[in-house]
Amino acid sequence: MNRKEKEEYLREYGQLKAEGEPFFPYAVAHDGIIAVVIMAIIIVMSLVLGAELGPKADPTSTTYVPRPEWYFFFLFELLRIIKPPQLVPLATIGVPTIGIILLMLLPFLDRGAERHPLKRPIATTTGILVIFAMGYLTFMGASAGSPNEIEMKAPAALAGPALVEWEKGRIVVGQSGCLACHKIGENGNDGPGPQLTHIASKLPEAAIAQTLRNPTAPMPSFKNLQTESPEKFKAMVSFLGQLN
Amino acid sequence: MPDLKKLLPPIPDALKLQPRRAGTNPEPKGPVEQAAEAGTHAGAWIDERMQLSGAVRWAMVRKVPRHDWTYTLGFSVMFAFLSQAVTGVFLAMAYDPSTTNAYESIRYTTNEAFLGEFLRGMHKWGSTVMVVLVFLHMAQTFFYGAYKYPRELNWVIGVVLLILTMTMSFTGYLLPFDQRSYWATIVGVNINGTGPIVGPYLSDFLRAGPEFGATTLSRFYAIHMLLVPGAIGAMIGAHLWLVTRLGTTSPPWNKPRKQADS
Ligand code: HEC
Ligand code: HEM
Repeated sequence: MNRKEKEEYLREYGQLKAEGEPFFPYAVAHDGIIAVVIMAIIIVMSLVLGAELGPKADPTSTTYVPRPEWYFFFLFELLRIIKPPQLVPLATIGVPTIGIILLMLLPFLDRGAERHPLKRPIATTTGILVIFAMGYLTFMGASAGSPNEIEMKAPAALAGPALVEWEKGRIVVGQSGCLACHKIGENGNDGPGPQLTHIASKLPEAAIAQTLRNPTAPMPSFKNLQTESPEKFKAMVSFLGQLN
Repeated sequence: MPDLKKLLPPIPDALKLQPRRAGTNPEPKGPVEQAAEAGTHAGAWIDERMQLSGAVRWAMVRKVPRHDWTYTLGFSVMFAFLSQAVTGVFLAMAYDPSTTNAYESIRYTTNEAFLGEFLRGMHKWGSTVMVVLVFLHMAQTFFYGAYKYPRELNWVIGVVLLILTMTMSFTGYLLPFDQRSYWATIVGVNINGTGPIVGPYLSDFLRAGPEFGATTLSRFYAIHMLLVPGAIGAMIGAHLWLVTRLGTTSPPWNKPRKQADS
């Protein structure tokens, strides 16, 4: 806005204000009514939906699939879409950071005098597209399954104790939340982590164990599982070691 | 400058100070009148020292352009925040931010305390309502072009409030310390850690160390109930200061009824 437009705006605004209403009771009445509505919404939601409390946090097992509060779903979904490891920082931090910076800069990027949404086609279209994109990602994130069971046939070559160990590993891996980020065979989500269906042909067991103890973010570390229940950890590694 | 006195709502007679004529000794009044008079005197005493009534009257009688219901969204966010503050105080009364007791204290609140689950529900769903309202309020100011001159700074403060609100929700999620909140937070903190430059430091700060440990929970708790709410309060103060100084916008399709003469 140049100086003339600013002065014009201030003059028009001054006039609209003079033709307006006193804050009390005009705006106070509106705000009061809306306050009652909001309170009612919160109370009804609390009564109807309650406040559940899951099982106690247990560092040695993730029988629960890590799932953020729903309004962070879109971030998690971004992780799933942007997969190459070198781009993960972009998805997790890059997109939100750039988004926030753009938001902050908005008044300095868009300095036109026009305020009517229909006469600002670029701004309005961008706004609507962003809303749809976030809504879509949130929906996808909400409907992504949170499986914690792996359905798979044991390799034919396994028998005896090795088969028992494999079975145990299958259950442990299923319960440990890996499927939230990895695909194993037909199970789980394809991303943000790589598919594990053929992990053993890529990594030897020792390297798999090392990854579990000391993973690259955002994957959580399973070091505690190893110290607190080594046999579960061992079963997990030997199950993964058979995926080739 | 309009004559403010004329715009003020009239003061009820009962509350008016009766000027006393010199030399007259007023009759002792009944207890009701005396109490009313004491109230007015106390009010006048405080106002003489705080000099507030002018500001309050100014804030109340200032004119605002006619607007529609979407202009209540900003206030709605503030109201949801206040509700969170109140319910949060009550939750804090029973909460114990230690890894050993946090879960148990929330279980107690949920299952045993009087109206406990209702209270937790209000805080939990209140947070959802607040986040939704923040986004709606932002969308409203965006589509109405309210971020433009002279309100740019207020938009920037608003973005800070948006970040703070999301931080509240992220730090609060861990506090019940059940499986879901624990693992979601670990992943969340790890995600922070992938950020460029400050990422790893931010993660270490949140975890209170390189590992997710006993102090992580109390750190999240302090951030959730002291640091961020304080910052939000201060930012809302600045936000509202600007709103009252600059006035709220008029919906862009409203034009002045009579053309400016000049
Ligand atoms: C929050 C999501 C998440 C969870 C939960 C998770 N991972 Fe990962 N995992 C990842 C990501 C992302 C990578 C890729 C890291 C990188 O960039 O190297 C990865 C990498 C791996 C790798 C190395 C793959 C390779 O090709 O180098 C293995 C093995 C692995 N994960 C196993 C597991 C197992 C087993 C579990 C469950 C006990 C698990 N992960 C849980 C996100 C996750
Ligand atoms: C805790 C969060 C927030 C609170 C409590 C809050 C509160 C308010 C209130 C009470 C108003 C005046 C009434 C109205 O116009 O709605 C207002 C106006 C405004 N807010 Fe916010 N707000 C918050 C977050 C935000 C965000 C996230 C943005 C945008 C990024 C924002 C930008 C603005 C702008 C530009 C105005 C001026 C609107 C106008 O004059 O029409 N605010 N805010």
